[in-house]
Amino acid sequence: MEENTVLIMSRIRKEFQGVIALSDVNFVLKKGEIHVLLGENGAGKSTLVKILSGAYQMTNGEIFLFNKQVYIKSPGQAQELGIGIIYQELNLIPYLTAAENIFLGREITNKFGIIDKKGAIESSKKILKELGSEINCDIPVINFGIAQQQMIEVAKALSLDAKILIMDEPTSALSDTEVKQLFKMIRDLKQRGVSVIYISHRLDELFEIGDRVTVLRDGVVVGTKDISETTKTELIKMMVNRELTEHFPKRNVLIGEEILRVENLSKKNGITNINFTLKRSEVLGIAGLLGSGRTELARAIFGIDKYDSGNIYLRRKLQKIKSPKDAINQRIGFITEDRKSQGLVLILSVKENISLTNLTSISGFGFINSKEEKKEAEEFINRLKIKTSTLDQKVIYLSGGNQQKVVLAKWLSKKADIFIFDEPTRGIDVAGKVEIYNLINQLAEEGVGIIMISSELPEILGMSDRIIVMNNKKIAVEIPIKSASQELIMKYAIGA
Amino acid sequence: MQSVLEMITKQLLIHNGRQLGTLLGLVLVISVFAFLSPYFLTLSNLVNITQQTSINAIMAVGMTFVIITAGIDLSVGSIMAFSGIILADSIQNGIAEPIAIIIGLSVGTICGLSNGILISYGKLPPFIATLGMMSVARGAALLYSQGRPISGFTEEFRFLATGQIIGIPTSVWIMISLYVIAYILLNKTVLGRYTYAIGGNETAANLSGINTKLFKTIVYGISGLLSASAAVILTARLNSAQPIAGIMYELDAIAAVVIGGTSLLGGEGKISGTLIGALIMGVLRNGLNLMGVSSFIQQIVIGLVIILAVLIDMSLKKRRN
Repeated sequence: MEENTVLIMSRIRKEFQGVIALSDVNFVLKKGEIHVLLGENGAGKSTLVKILSGAYQMTNGEIFLFNKQVYIKSPGQAQELGIGIIYQELNLIPYLTAAENIFLGREITNKFGIIDKKGAIESSKKILKELGSEINCDIPVINFGIAQQQMIEVAKALSLDAKILIMDEPTSALSDTEVKQLFKMIRDLKQRGVSVIYISHRLDELFEIGDRVTVLRDGVVVGTKDISETTKTELIKMMVNRELTEHFPKRNVLIGEEILRVENLSKKNGITNINFTLKRSEVLGIAGLLGSGRTELARAIFGIDKYDSGNIYLRRKLQKIKSPKDAINQRIGFITEDRKSQGLVLILSVKENISLTNLTSISGFGFINSKEEKKEAEEFINRLKIKTSTLDQKVIYLSGGNQQKVVLAKWLSKKADIFIFDEPTRGIDVAGKVEIYNLINQLAEEGVGIIMISSELPEILGMSDRIIVMNNKKIAVEIPIKSASQELIMKYAIGA
Repeated sequence: MQSVLEMITKQLLIHNGRQLGTLLGLVLVISVFAFLSPYFLTLSNLVNITQQTSINAIMAVGMTFVIITAGIDLSVGSIMAFSGIILADSIQNGIAEPIAIIIGLSVGTICGLSNGILISYGKLPPFIATLGMMSVARGAALLYSQGRPISGFTEEFRFLATGQIIGIPTSVWIMISLYVIAYILLNKTVLGRYTYAIGGNETAANLSGINTKLFKTIVYGISGLLSASAAVILTARLNSAQPIAGIMYELDAIAAVVIGGTSLLGGEGKISGTLIGALIMGVLRNGLNLMGVSSFIQQIVIGLVIILAVLIDMSLKKRRN
């Protein structure tokens, strides 16, 4: 081992219920370096650092810290070993002061067990001053902006004598000046010999702050480079260059007339000036990183979050959509990203979930026509090949793919002809995915217009007729499928 | 043949396992008291039990709706007192009894709807909204009656509680009809289905186009209506409306629902379970009284039964998963 090596992670493997999140990952961190972890959503960056910070236990592999093998079993233990982590969602307690947050869990007390408030404030001030910050340590942290709260988290890590600091997308909620402050602080830390693992997918940033970069893709390390010896183009290629082995069924259908048109749609802190059209039998893919505004766009069209300005035309008629109910009455279906928390009532049965959108039309005077309800559910179970023991099986016991089909059936029973899919195959196994793709194709063939939001580039490329890439709440580019490639999409998605 | 029987039993257990368990509990409690007291199983005592249970059982109907939506209603006892006072005062002021009853029921319903509006549109937690209403309705009852009971009603009115139809008290008939109506509402109507859907996953229900706010408001309105129905029977039985009636009744109603197997997390529960739950509490009180057990000890026993019921429920659920 080299003199200046701080950390070696060797052949790390992590499985989640049979799904491989990391496989054979090797990672080396040097003293005082800023090492960037780069990769798409779901590439394995977060999983890797969570293993290091004790939040996850690895399935296989070895970790060496300062030439000694360590077994990190809990976040507390990671702290003791000198590993600090600052998550994207900050973990401060809003109504405690900076000093109280910094010393949370190891309060300084006198011999009667009374907390030494003054001592904590003094120590906190000292640490923050070293970081170039002079914030008031005696008021609740909720009064501070994100940048200052981040500073407090860093101070907390340093007060724990952290030798390794992990920062997960620290700049995602910061303004430009705040980013400058943060970078200055990171450079100071570097000077003091602290090693920083920096997760980001903003390429510009990485060239400004990083020393080395490790690129992950689908849970595997693609390579580690010195920042000075690489280019954006090379990194993008490393991030996305995978063979398109997944099977995407072909669809042979003529694209029809306009069914949905969105004009200048805007919502504060959500989306800015969105324009696009969707035609019958068309699959419009929407790519973009997390937080780029994709889901916000879907939520605005479906009436969950009211848009501030702009127009939505459905079947060439201007329509106001103020609630999901309005959207559903306009025959829009929304297959949400998280089917368990938003799409299904898990403790109700397959039948009851399918009829939920359509209950009033199979009822008379408020009474449910149970024969009609049963008939309809049976029809969809057969048509979508939903694998369930009975109509009355609770959906909680179904597999991910079959749950997704129940969500689809909900909208089909309402005769929706505009479908918005948000991450349609997340958490679904390969066979289930192909089935979902076939169903999407089948819908398109029946004249349905489909918007498909996805983080999986092969899926976007394999399924779409046209692709919109979003970045920073706006549409960055619209690409016809013929000229689309993973590199091109990723280039626009990260705003390079 | 045997396998068919096995299958039926299995299906029964899967779908009604929890109810059968509660029923078994009821049978157990009845057997114990039958063994200990010769008077317990007499017809007049059994009639007595159902009559005593009817008030709590009726309030527990509304509470079942509320708890299935993952809510809670702490104001049922106070709403009962307030509706009772308004009802009694209306009758005393010469308003025809049927009209007075409608007025009383409306007052309860309006109180309940107010709870619902505060919870759905004011976004208050159900605990807080109904805690506030508990105090407001109680105060209103005391204020309106100047703190004094209003007594003395006609035999016709009192028939609602003290009368008998084919040997069964009118109040029990009313209770049974309300349970039948509640069963139909929960199992056969859109309102019932939405009640379960809202409690199971409010976000998903909302995204399915259900006006969750409206239906939640209606459910609290139903709870208020049933509290007022209990007020009618209580006033008729006691020949008096009391502004301090129904203190702690909300806890009895919640207990009946919980013993009956409805989950406080919402989305699950059966009205038949609630009836059995209410009966278990009624039988316990009656049996312990017959045996001369002090009311202090009775409280302890009932508390322990609630805890035991939920403990058994949770361990059964864990095993099933």
